[in-house]
Amino acid sequence: MMSKLIFGRYIPGNSVIHHMDPRAKLLLSFYFIGIIFIANNWPTYVLLFAFTLLAIKLSGVKWSFFINGVKPLIWLILFTVVLQILFSASGGHVYLQWGIITISQFGLINGVYIFCRFVLIIFMSTLLTLTTPPLELSDAIEYLLMPLKVVHFPVYEVALMLSIALRFVPTLMDETEKIMNAQRARGVDFGEGNIFQQMRAIVPLLIPLFVSSFNRAEDLATAMEARGYQGGEGRSKYRILKWHGRDTWATVAFAALTVALVFLRA
Amino acid sequence: MAITFKQVEFTYQPGTPFETKALTDINVTIPDGSYTALIGHTGSGKSTLLQHLDALLKPTSGTVTIGDRVITPTTSNKDLKSLRQHVGIVFQFPESQLFEETVEKDIAFGPQNFGASEADALKLAAKMLTLVGLDSDLLQRSPFDLSGGQMRRVAIAGVLAMQPKVLVLDEPTAGLDPQGRLEMMEMFARLRHEQQLTIVLVTHQMDDVANYANNVIVMDHGQVVKTGTPQAIFKDPQWLAEHHLGLPKTTAFAQQLMARGMTFDEMPLTEDQLAAALVKQLPASMLGGGDHDE
Repeated sequence: MMSKLIFGRYIPGNSVIHHMDPRAKLLLSFYFIGIIFIANNWPTYVLLFAFTLLAIKLSGVKWSFFINGVKPLIWLILFTVVLQILFSASGGHVYLQWGIITISQFGLINGVYIFCRFVLIIFMSTLLTLTTPPLELSDAIEYLLMPLKVVHFPVYEVALMLSIALRFVPTLMDETEKIMNAQRARGVDFGEGNIFQQMRAIVPLLIPLFVSSFNRAEDLATAMEARGYQGGEGRSKYRILKWHGRDTWATVAFAALTVALVFLRA
Repeated sequence: MAITFKQVEFTYQPGTPFETKALTDINVTIPDGSYTALIGHTGSGKSTLLQHLDALLKPTSGTVTIGDRVITPTTSNKDLKSLRQHVGIVFQFPESQLFEETVEKDIAFGPQNFGASEADALKLAAKMLTLVGLDSDLLQRSPFDLSGGQMRRVAIAGVLAMQPKVLVLDEPTAGLDPQGRLEMMEMFARLRHEQQLTIVLVTHQMDDVANYANNVIVMDHGQVVKTGTPQAIFKDPQWLAEHHLGLPKTTAFAQQLMARGMTFDEMPLTEDQLAAALVKQLPASMLGGGDHDE
């Protein structure tokens, strides 16, 4: 069940994308989400798709992972698309009008665009998480948050919390599976019956998870203190982030993409 | 209730880069009424096999027959409850499954899931608590206020309350003190006789295997490499070492005695057997040479 959740999972590899600086990957992924909104006609969307597919190709990760990344969100996407088709401003040829519902040529095209946007965003962010180990990502976030130190934002603490949270995701998953098994063996049916029965079935899972998480947090705090942890100020780093030529090239590629988009847009 | 594995294979997350094969061609029977020990070093597939005993996992290929139910790769997840009622599993560190407000409610949780009325389930809870050796005034306490050992017993009572025919124990004594260990193992042995249970014990404690089991399954690399009586399994220390397994203390002691010239008709497994074997030989050897120190 949980193994189907591909989003947010790292797949080890040796591609140029895997070796990029996590800061570059993170910033460029956000940048990509920004420039998707420049696109407003077919050539621009085709260009964006070509660019994304090229990046995926370079990463060497199987296509199926990206398709699986879209699957859990498909209903949300379709819901948005349908809303867009039914209620967007009319324009062009009107196919159907019934009360406030209007299906027009404009609406349909907009719906398709929105679908493309979602898919592009999911592909790109899936590419980021599939090719970047979570701890590298949190290093990148720590680095990028550094300017906030000026306003006394607790950057080190937030980064530490993030790394710990990420570190314990697999542990928590294992724990969940273990407790689910134990309760299933005691006759609980997860995911069956009506909504109230399902909600009730969650209680014997959630309470043990809370208890064990709190216990684990306490143990971890003790272990960290025993090893002399006193806050992040002045701590040296084990993983040092390095900006390489390929990161510069990737940035250049994104800049070129932006120029092309601005040039091609209607 | 017997459990039979036929050509069972199991693969975790097939079709992904995380694919791992955990079980290969398992053909084994856990006879009705037996006390079967499942041994093998870490990662040998014991836990995966264990989850097949209750259809928590279904084989990727092959069949598992539990009593009169046959579990195949295509068995529906629905309607497995009737099966799970008959197989109780005490997982490793079972205290982590406690969740109710009171000890009483937690023990009654299992039976109620299997259709017992609240009154019956609470009656069972009181009975099971005494069975696992705890005082009945703990019934109204929160399970989270108890000591680690008491929590373990409450969790075990919660599994016993389902009144299973097969009791599966995954290292039930891990982390307990020696006294608690002994009490717990004696309790399981007693329950087995009182309620005609079939017991499956997963353990790293060879002493427990020697003292309690009458059937042993040895696993390595996802395969069953040997089955037999404890006598047959512990006969060959070298073979055991090759599979990263040790000997019971008593047998190891007997081996050392053999290295110094003593002989045993049958390899002693328990302290009583060793003592009996020694009593038989001691007078003779003492009369003969007199060079054996007591």
